[in-house]
Amino acid sequence: MGYLTNGGENHPGPPRWAEWLLSRFTPHGMEDELQGDLQEMFAYWVKTAGLRVARRRYAVAVLRLIRPFSRPVTRPVHDDPQPFPFHPAMIRNYLKIAFRNLVKNGVYSSINIGGLALGMAVAMLIGLWMYDELTFDRYFRNYDRIAKVMQTGNFNGEVFHGSYNPAPMGPELRTKYGDNFTHVIMSSWTDDHILAFGDKKFTRTGNYLSADAPEMLTLKMLGGTRAGLKDPASILLSKSVADALFGTTDPVGKMMKIDNKLDVKVTGVYEDFPYNTEFREMKFIAPWDLYVSSENWVREAQDKVEWGNNSWQVLVQIAPNATFDAVSDKIRDIRLKHSPEVAFLKPKVYLQPMRAWHLYTGWDKAGKVEGRIQYVWLFGIIGVFVLLLACINFMNLSTARSEKRAKEVGIRKAVGSQRSQLISQFFSESLLVVGFAFGLSILLVLLTLPVFNEVADKRIGILWSNPVFWLGCIGFSVLTGLIAGSYPALYLSSFQAVKVLKGTFRVGRFASLPRQVLVVVQFTVSVTLIIGTIIVFRQIEHAKNRPVGYERSGLVTVAMNTPELHQHYNALRSELIRTGAVIDMATSSAPATDLNSQNSGFDWVGKDPNFKENFGTIAVSHDFGKTVGWQFVQGRDLSRQFAGDSSGVVLNETAVRYMGLKEPVGKQIKWNGRPFRIVGVIRDMLMDSPFEPVTQTVYMLDYGWANVINIKLNPARSAGESLAKIETVFRKFNPGSPFDYRFTEQEYASKFASEERIARLASGFAMLAILISCLGLFGLASFVAEQRTKEIGVRKVLGASVANVWVLLSRDFVILVIIALGIATPLAWYLLGNWLQKYTYHTELSWWIFAVSGAGALLVTLLTVSFQSIKAALINPVKSLRSE
Amino acid sequence: MKRAFLGELEEIVLLTVAALQESAYCASITQTIEQQMARSISFPTVHTTLQRLEEKGFVSSRMGGATAERGGRQKRLFTVTAAGQRALIDSRQVRSQLWEQIPTQVLQLWGI
Repeated sequence: MGYLTNGGENHPGPPRWAEWLLSRFTPHGMEDELQGDLQEMFAYWVKTAGLRVARRRYAVAVLRLIRPFSRPVTRPVHDDPQPFPFHPAMIRNYLKIAFRNLVKNGVYSSINIGGLALGMAVAMLIGLWMYDELTFDRYFRNYDRIAKVMQTGNFNGEVFHGSYNPAPMGPELRTKYGDNFTHVIMSSWTDDHILAFGDKKFTRTGNYLSADAPEMLTLKMLGGTRAGLKDPASILLSKSVADALFGTTDPVGKMMKIDNKLDVKVTGVYEDFPYNTEFREMKFIAPWDLYVSSENWVREAQDKVEWGNNSWQVLVQIAPNATFDAVSDKIRDIRLKHSPEVAFLKPKVYLQPMRAWHLYTGWDKAGKVEGRIQYVWLFGIIGVFVLLLACINFMNLSTARSEKRAKEVGIRKAVGSQRSQLISQFFSESLLVVGFAFGLSILLVLLTLPVFNEVADKRIGILWSNPVFWLGCIGFSVLTGLIAGSYPALYLSSFQAVKVLKGTFRVGRFASLPRQVLVVVQFTVSVTLIIGTIIVFRQIEHAKNRPVGYERSGLVTVAMNTPELHQHYNALRSELIRTGAVIDMATSSAPATDLNSQNSGFDWVGKDPNFKENFGTIAVSHDFGKTVGWQFVQGRDLSRQFAGDSSGVVLNETAVRYMGLKEPVGKQIKWNGRPFRIVGVIRDMLMDSPFEPVTQTVYMLDYGWANVINIKLNPARSAGESLAKIETVFRKFNPGSPFDYRFTEQEYASKFASEERIARLASGFAMLAILISCLGLFGLASFVAEQRTKEIGVRKVLGASVANVWVLLSRDFVILVIIALGIATPLAWYLLGNWLQKYTYHTELSWWIFAVSGAGALLVTLLTVSFQSIKAALINPVKSLRSE
Repeated sequence: MKRAFLGELEEIVLLTVAALQESAYCASITQTIEQQMARSISFPTVHTTLQRLEEKGFVSSRMGGATAERGGRQKRLFTVTAAGQRALIDSRQVRSQLWEQIPTQVLQLWGI
C-alpha cells in the first residue's frame, strides 16, 4: 500500500499510476467514457468519503476495469477475410518488388551483393580449409585407436618431444605389454627410394613397416591382399606408383627392385592415401624385416637390443578395451628402465593418439603444445571477421537505404498494407539479396579453389554431398538475411503513415550511431590485418637477408642412394670437373640446408663436467669448403697437404663461443674418446631454421659418412646445359638410379614455406577485408551525399567552395577511420609482438609500420569517400534545389 | 426463444436507467443507486452490468454530453430499449402476481 498512499497528501487528484494505467490499458473504444466517469466518481468520492478513500476506490476501480492483455479489437470495416501475408500471390509480389528495387538501385545492389558474396566466399574457403584440417587422418578406420609412441624429456631446461624410438621398443611393447595393443608396427621413415622395374626407374617415397601395418591402416586393396606384406621379400604399391611402373599390366606377382639392391615381389596394390592424411607420401610399403636384413646398422640395433639408438618410428593400435592414457601410464618408464644413463633427461614414453598428430604436434621450450591448431584458430577467427565485415556492410547499406524508404512505407500503409505484410516484404528483399550473394559466393569459391589449394597446399573440393555443409551455408544465409533485414522490417514498418507523409517524421539523432560503430569495427579489423601482413613479410625478409655463411647460388645436391656412388669419389669428382660444367664437388653427411645430425659425447679442456653438451655434427670431404664456399675467421680449411688433417675438424663461431675457447685453432677436442684437432673456425653457416640461432656445429673429415654429393656449377654456363652434362657422368657411375638433383637455393627458400604461406594468405585476407570495407564505405558515402544533396545545394548558393563541401562530407568518415586506427594499433602491437616472440631471430615492431598502415588506410578511405563527395560537391545547385 | 433472464442487480440498474432517463450514464447511475438505495455498489460493478445489459439488448447507448467536470470527455448515455421495457414490465407483473397471492390476513399481520 505504500505506493498508493505515498505522496498522496500533496497531490489531491487520483493516484498518478492508476491514471497512467487507465490511459494505457483501457478497453479499446471506452477511453472517454471511463476516464470521464471515473473523474466524476472521484470528485463524488472525495465529497462523500474523503480523499484517502477516494484514491483507494479510484485505484481499485482502475485495476478492475483495465484489460492489459486484450488486444485492441479493430472491427473490420468491410467483410473481406483478413489478408494472409504469406499467400503465394503475396510472396510473388514481394519478390517482384524486391527485384525491382534491386534493379532500380543497381550500384547499391551490386555493392551489396558483391561485398556479401566476397565475404561469404572467404568464409566458405576458410571453413572448407578448417574442415580439411580437422578431419585430417579420418580416412583411417582405426582413427580412434591408432597412436605414435613418443618420448619426451628435458634437456638443458628445454622440454623436447620426439617420435624417434630405439629398435627394441617395438618387440618390448609386443612381448611385455602385448595385451594392451592390437598391433605394434615398427616403421623406418617415409623416405626417397628408387623403384625399378625393367628399364623404368623412379624415385618414390615409401616406408618399411611391420607385417600387420596394412591391417592397422586398413589399406583398400585393389589387387593382391593385405597379407602380402608377410612375405619378407615383398612390396605393396600404391595405385599411382603401380600405374607409373607397370602401366596397364597387372603388377601383382611381378619382380622389381628397391634402391637397385633389393629384389622384391609385388604382392599387392592399394588405393593411394588421401592427401589429408599423415601417410599421403607413403607411395609404397615394404616389409620391416627386409629393411632390417638389408641395413647392417639396423640389424645391429635390433639384434644387440640397442636402446641408445633412437632412429625409428613405432606405431600402435591399442586394444579395444584400452585407453591411451592408461597405456601411456603403463609404458612411461620403459626408456628409463633400459637406458638408465639418460635419467638426467627425465625421459618419459607416451602414446600420441592419431587425432593429435596433425594439429597438436609441435611444442615450445616449456613443453606447451604449439601445433597447427593455432593456425586453424587464427584462420577461423580471420574468416569470422571477414564474414562479419561483409555482414556489417550489408546491414549498413540496407539500413541506410531503408531510411529513404520511409515514404514508401507511409504510402503502403495509407493504401491498406498491414504491418505483417511490410515485414514480410522487407525480409523477402534481404533474403533475396542474400540468396544472390550465396549463389555468387559458390561460383567464386569454385573459381578460386585451385589457386587456394596451391597456396594452402591442400586438395579441397566443395563438399557437394555433405548435408552439414549445405545446412551450415543455408542456415548462415538465412540468419544474415534476417539480421540485415530486421531493421527495416521491424523498425520502418512501425512508422505512422500520417507522420511520415506529413514530413514531421525524423530519424532519431542516434540513428546513425550503430552504423558508425560498425564502420569503426570494420576498419579496426582491416588495419590490424594490414599491419599483420606487413610484419609477417618483414619477418620473412629479415630472415632471408640473414647472412648464411656460404654461397647458395649454383649449388646442387644429389642424394647418394646407391652403393656405387660411394666407391668412386675421386674418379667421379675429376670426371665432373673435366666436363667444365662443374667448379668443384664434395660429399657430406648432410646438405648445406639441413643439419640432420646432433650428438653429445664431446670433451675438451676447460669443459665443465656437469655441462650436457650438444653439437651439430657434419661429415665432409676435403673439397666441401671450396664447393660451398664457407668463410674462415681463423685458421685454415681442411687440406690434403696435411696428413694430420684426417683427424682435423672445423668449428663454427657459435661452437667456439659455446665451448668458451680463447684460441681455438690447434686445440684438441675429443668425441667419444677419439681425439680431433681444430684446424679452423668458419663464419656461422646457417643450416637449420633461418628464424633460430645457428647451432654449434663440428665439421669433421669422413668420406664414409656421406649422404649427399654437393656440386658447384660453373656460373659461366647455363644451369640446364651443365646439368645435362652432369647427368651423363652420373649415368656412367650410377646406372641403377635416376639422376635426381636439388638446387640448394630452392631448398633454402622452402624453409620459408610455412611463413610465406601465412604471409600470402594473410595478405590475401587483408586485401579482401580492405576491399569489403571500402565497398561499404563507398556505399555509405554515396548514401550520405545523396541525403545531403539539398544541404550542399544551399551551401553552394551561400558561397561554399567545392573544397568546403568535400571536407564537410569526408570529415565524418575520416574521424571514424582515425578512431579505428587508435584501436587497431595497440591491438596489432600486442598480437604481433606475441607472434614475433616465437622466433628467436626476429624483426622489430617499428613505429613506421603502424604509421604506414594508418596512412594507407586513411588514403584509401579518402579516395573512396572523395569520389562521392566531389561528385556531390560538383552538382549544380540549380539542379539540386529545383524541386523546392 | 428463451426469455433473457434479468438478475436482481441488472433489474436495479435497468430501473435506474429508466428513472434517470436523459442523464443515465455509468457515474450518475452508480451515484443514484448508492444514494437512493443506501446500498454500497462499486463503479466497476455497475459498468460491467451495463455492458451485460447492452449485450442482452435491454439498453442501448450513444456518446454525448461532455461537461467540464469530467475534463471535457464524452459520456456514454444509456436508454432502455423496447426489450428492456418488456423485461421490466414482466418482472413487475411477476412480482405483483406473487404479492396478490399472499393472503390478506398475513399482509395485515405484517402491518401493511
